[in-house]
Amino acid sequence: MRPIATTRSATGIPTGRLAVWWVIASEIVIFGGLLGSYIMHRIGHPEFGGYAAHTNTVAGAFNTFVLLTSSLSAVLAHKAAEAKDGPKAFKFLWLTFLGGLVFLTVKSFEWHHEISEGFTITRNAFWSFYYCAAGLHACHIIGGMIIMAIISFDVKQNKELQRVELIGLYWHFVDVVWIFLFPLLYIAK
Amino acid sequence: MTETAHTHDSHGHDSHGHGSPEAGGHDTNYVKIWGILLALLCVSVAGPFLGIKAVTLVTAFGIALVKAYLVAKNFMHLNLEKRYIVYLLITMVALMGVFYAGASPDVMEHHGRNWVNVAAQQETARALAEQAAGGGEHGQEAH
Repeated sequence: MRPIATTRSATGIPTGRLAVWWVIASEIVIFGGLLGSYIMHRIGHPEFGGYAAHTNTVAGAFNTFVLLTSSLSAVLAHKAAEAKDGPKAFKFLWLTFLGGLVFLTVKSFEWHHEISEGFTITRNAFWSFYYCAAGLHACHIIGGMIIMAIISFDVKQNKELQRVELIGLYWHFVDVVWIFLFPLLYIAK
Repeated sequence: MTETAHTHDSHGHDSHGHGSPEAGGHDTNYVKIWGILLALLCVSVAGPFLGIKAVTLVTAFGIALVKAYLVAKNFMHLNLEKRYIVYLLITMVALMGVFYAGASPDVMEHHGRNWVNVAAQQETARALAEQAAGGGEHGQEAH
């Protein structure tokens, strides 16, 4: 018996995909609230510019490149799934997973350096925002990677191919969040 | 979105049908979109080197909006999705606008009619003085 998420389409959209859109809608409020708060503090506190000067723009730009590339592999996995080519979708899913892993590795080196310099989460409001926003985003990356790894083995056997699109939607959203985090935390100094 | 651009197989796999002729001929060149995104990334990184604040704002945040649009349209296929999904997402962004409009006057300004945020004023003055004096370059020094 197939789950209702793949067999029901009362709204014109398969229930599984509709659920992912609702997740994304709620994530907009979560990240929007955080980033909105950061922006108003950034404008109200000119000293934030001086603190932001200590973030590593090269690392941030490289991670943006990594996430954009992983989004490409995620959409190529979706394309392969549409062509009912499970093994190919499997490869692209793991390429996307690798992108997430590289992102987290760079982020961990970056944080290690910043913390060793004394820029900890309790240092001031800027660094609190920095670690909360980047940390929440990194948690979403980890969550996406875990889901991707779990679904990939069914996908390889041409089962539940619709899940490739669902995890892809989530992954692209996480990419979009980073697209806004990057200029806020790394460029606006 | 049109129904022709939206396929639905026997397993309930409802896809957006990019590239397949039977799906309406919509064929996105994903690698090309990725190339454009990388070019925009280079511009957003290069912008601040000009040292002009307005240029930095446009290249950083203006380009971020363009990049987000390209990802949403071409990778998330929002242009092929049911319209109410777009309205749902826009509503969430609008709610954030309401939150921002309500909260920002008390955060972006440190004083107003009949009120003063003394703590914020003091912290800003202290931090700017410290940065001007060359302190805070390294976290430990600024304590």
